[in-house]
Amino acid sequence: MDTLDNNRYVIQARNLGIYYGDFKAVTDVNMDIERNKITAIIGPSGCGKSTLLRAFNRMNELVPGSRAEGQVFFDGEDLYAKGVDPVEVRHRIGMVFQKPNPFPKSIYENIAWGARIHGYRGNMDELVERSLRQAALWDEVKDILHRSGLALSGGQQQRLCIARAIAVQPEVILMDEPASALDPIATLKIEELMQDLKKDYTIVIVTHNMQQAARVSDYTAMMMLVNDGSRSGTVIEFGETTKIFTRPSDKRTEDYVTGRFG
Amino acid sequence: MIGKQRNGVDASGYPLRKEGLRKRPRVNEVIIQSVLFFAGFFSIFTTLGIVYELGKEALLFFRTPEVNLWNFLTGTSWQPHINQFGILPLVTSTFITSAIAMTIAIPLGLAAAVYLSEYATEKVRKTLKPILEVLAGIPTIVYGYFALMFVTPLLRSIFGRDVVEIYNMASGGLVMGVLILPLVASMSEDALNAVPRALREAAYGLGATKLEVALKVVFPAALSGIAAAIIVGISRAVGETMIVAVAVGAGPNFTFNPFRGAETMTGHIVRMSGGDLSYDSIDYNSIFAIGLVLFFITLTLNIISQRIVRRFREVYE
Amino acid sequence: MSASSPAPLGPFQDNLPHRHRVGAVWQWIFFSATVIGIFVLSALLLNIIDGAFGYVALEARVDPDTLAVNGVPLEELPKEELIRILQERLSASAFNKLNDEKPFEERSQANVYDLVIERVVKYQVLETWSLWESLTRSAEIRARVAEEFPQAELRFVSWLTVETIRRPQSSEAVNAGVRTAILGSLWTIMITIVVAFPLGVGAAIYLEEYARDDWLNRLIRTNINNLAGVPSIIYGILGLAIFVRALERLTSGAMFGLVDPTTANGRTVLSAGLTLALLILPLIIINAQEAIRAVPQSLRKASLGIGATKWQTIWAHVLPNALPGILTGTILAVSRAIGETAPLVVVGASTAISFDPNLFSRFTTLPIQIYQWTSRPQGEWRHLAAAAILILLTLLLSLNATAIVLRNRFTKRF
Repeated sequence: MDTLDNNRYVIQARNLGIYYGDFKAVTDVNMDIERNKITAIIGPSGCGKSTLLRAFNRMNELVPGSRAEGQVFFDGEDLYAKGVDPVEVRHRIGMVFQKPNPFPKSIYENIAWGARIHGYRGNMDELVERSLRQAALWDEVKDILHRSGLALSGGQQQRLCIARAIAVQPEVILMDEPASALDPIATLKIEELMQDLKKDYTIVIVTHNMQQAARVSDYTAMMMLVNDGSRSGTVIEFGETTKIFTRPSDKRTEDYVTGRFG
Repeated sequence: MIGKQRNGVDASGYPLRKEGLRKRPRVNEVIIQSVLFFAGFFSIFTTLGIVYELGKEALLFFRTPEVNLWNFLTGTSWQPHINQFGILPLVTSTFITSAIAMTIAIPLGLAAAVYLSEYATEKVRKTLKPILEVLAGIPTIVYGYFALMFVTPLLRSIFGRDVVEIYNMASGGLVMGVLILPLVASMSEDALNAVPRALREAAYGLGATKLEVALKVVFPAALSGIAAAIIVGISRAVGETMIVAVAVGAGPNFTFNPFRGAETMTGHIVRMSGGDLSYDSIDYNSIFAIGLVLFFITLTLNIISQRIVRRFREVYE
Repeated sequence: MSASSPAPLGPFQDNLPHRHRVGAVWQWIFFSATVIGIFVLSALLLNIIDGAFGYVALEARVDPDTLAVNGVPLEELPKEELIRILQERLSASAFNKLNDEKPFEERSQANVYDLVIERVVKYQVLETWSLWESLTRSAEIRARVAEEFPQAELRFVSWLTVETIRRPQSSEAVNAGVRTAILGSLWTIMITIVVAFPLGVGAAIYLEEYARDDWLNRLIRTNINNLAGVPSIIYGILGLAIFVRALERLTSGAMFGLVDPTTANGRTVLSAGLTLALLILPLIIINAQEAIRAVPQSLRKASLGIGATKWQTIWAHVLPNALPGILTGTILAVSRAIGETAPLVVVGASTAISFDPNLFSRFTTLPIQIYQWTSRPQGEWRHLAAAAILILLTLLLSLNATAIVLRNRFTKRF
């Protein structure tokens, strides 16, 4: 096995497999996610992209009967080792979901609540403002902070969810098709935002939109179903985005990125 | 940056992370979960309590020399003061009143369900359904009053005062049917509604009329849900107490004539315990024995209905 | 192809007009079935209203007119005059007993007037008529009363008055009220809520948020569904065995040295409340489970995704959003408990209570009172039962209306 380098890489998966009951959804994944970079996971639907992403902060455990094998090292510590607290894991590795899901509370509370449960003792107003600014939402909502988060448009809701994730100061933000429910303009805003966030955070994004992956990411992981009838997915190719999209080494990747895939 | 450096707090205002990803002791989470588990488990105690208490006292009842199980199950006379403990008169009147109730509740309840689910416009449905729900929410003692003060006089004026006794099974059974009607209607309507739209559309697409779709496609598809509704209705009828206590009669009577008074199992329990019942008397023990029989009848019916519902769900989900 | 003369139906004997006719007939049948339900509901309400008002033939032992002093009618006499009448007309011991219950100085004029009516005037009900009879056969009734009861006074009364609510139980229907029954119902239901609400919601949270799908939790779920179908009278038997008998020291108050001298056994308000709590517990659990299940999963994920613990997620997001549903379900369950009669008869409700109940006293409730009054053969008690039913139904309707308002106000938030 290759060596761990947790200065350069924040998340390192080793022989990672994920089961739902008897069904093995993801098999044998090895990948290193570099700090302050954007890593995209692409692939056809049903190949386990979301499952893999959720395995990085143990969200997949919420599905009854799911379990993981192998290791995921975060700053050199195995997330799946005994005694690791999934709550702490999710604090350090935040998540933004496919459908915007703000709490049915005020915009302000949406951000403050997470900070409060993690024992934040600084100035809450400052934190809210800073998080909203980082999420490029401040100017639009600064006068309506006490209105419900559900009153915002879809794109604004998604940026609110990003602000909410940032506010608890994670190291990594996992994004599960964050723009798939949004219109093109809102999508563009989220993509620009990701470029800004990269300075402070590591981002892993799942997307079914290959142009999006090509536009925003530094690294791309290509997932496919394993060709043995088991219907489980794995990463077949992982590397710099430019290489994946211009000179893929795997024939299946080439077919997929050029649109020749079924 | 924000926030001043404080004890245990890093520059960003969050507590310092000392232990990496290690589990922190979260005592309150554990306590809360245990309390909640207790609340969830509590209902098991209720069941155990029912089975234990009914079983224990019923056993004492069957141990007394005056009683034997065979006579209990086959005897046609329940006269505690002369030591006759045959449960049949109580059982027959329970089944006669329940049967009368179901002949009202099944056809009317199912017809109402089909109307509400297949015919009624959204507006009509929104008016009628709450009315049925109100009907279901009226306390049974009020139905008892209605049976005694309205239905009994009505029956007596139709069939003659010498045919219909003041306390009679027909009146109680009919009103019980009205009580159960909304239950059967609303459970059946749920079952009809659960039939996928596609099935209806398929039938309409072949040129079926509304009635043909409703009766020949939707109704059969919902049959198991409807069966479950009917069984729950029967179970409710068997266990119904106040209507029969008020309107059906105050003495066990082995008869199959619906216009005569009789006493059901529930009615008997209520009358016996209405007086001051002394502990460990044979009367006291006997209500537990009757209760046990009642419990097993209704439990069996409920389990059957749940089985049916579960099978039904598997088909459409 | 070569269809020169189009055969209208070919091999099909469609007969569409007939099919439509059959359809129309059945639609009418389905509709009437629904209407019958509404018709019965109206018949039931009319029957109760019919019983709650009507003519009463009353005979007074002492004509109240003869008690008037200097032309001032009885009801307007000052308290002192009324006390004097009591003193004159009652035996000394009876008078002193009244004074012992509550000194006359502390009683109001209205109260003393009630005493005069109850103890001196002593109205006797000779016969009663329903509202329908009173309206349609008024002349006939008057003639009969004049002929059969020349001393009697024919009055058109409402059995439901403010007095009916204010007065305690009494041995005379004209003086009886539902005060003790209403208080008994309120006490009982309070205990029921205090016990069943936290337990039920707790169980629902456990089952929806914590329980894994293993045999134990499946058993718990099946068990709750079965308990919801157990006849209420079985709960009465359970309450009799457990609360009244086995836990007598607790439910009679002996454990706390609070035994009510009027009871001194376990047939108390507390036992009644606990029995009803067991009865509605499964209903509360099932309703609360549905409300919790209706909270979208995305909300839980959002909260867990920023590192909240399970309980933080439940407390801050799941419960606040499920609360309207939980409350609606609880109100419906509680209104079921308010109307329950059978289990309370078994637990040992008392026939007549003329004092205000407390936690460890004997009890009666509104439905129990209705049951007992309906079971009495004399017509006047049945009129009173009708009045009590109107009170009970008003109470339940307002509870249900609250539940519906709650449901409508808080639905469709997501």
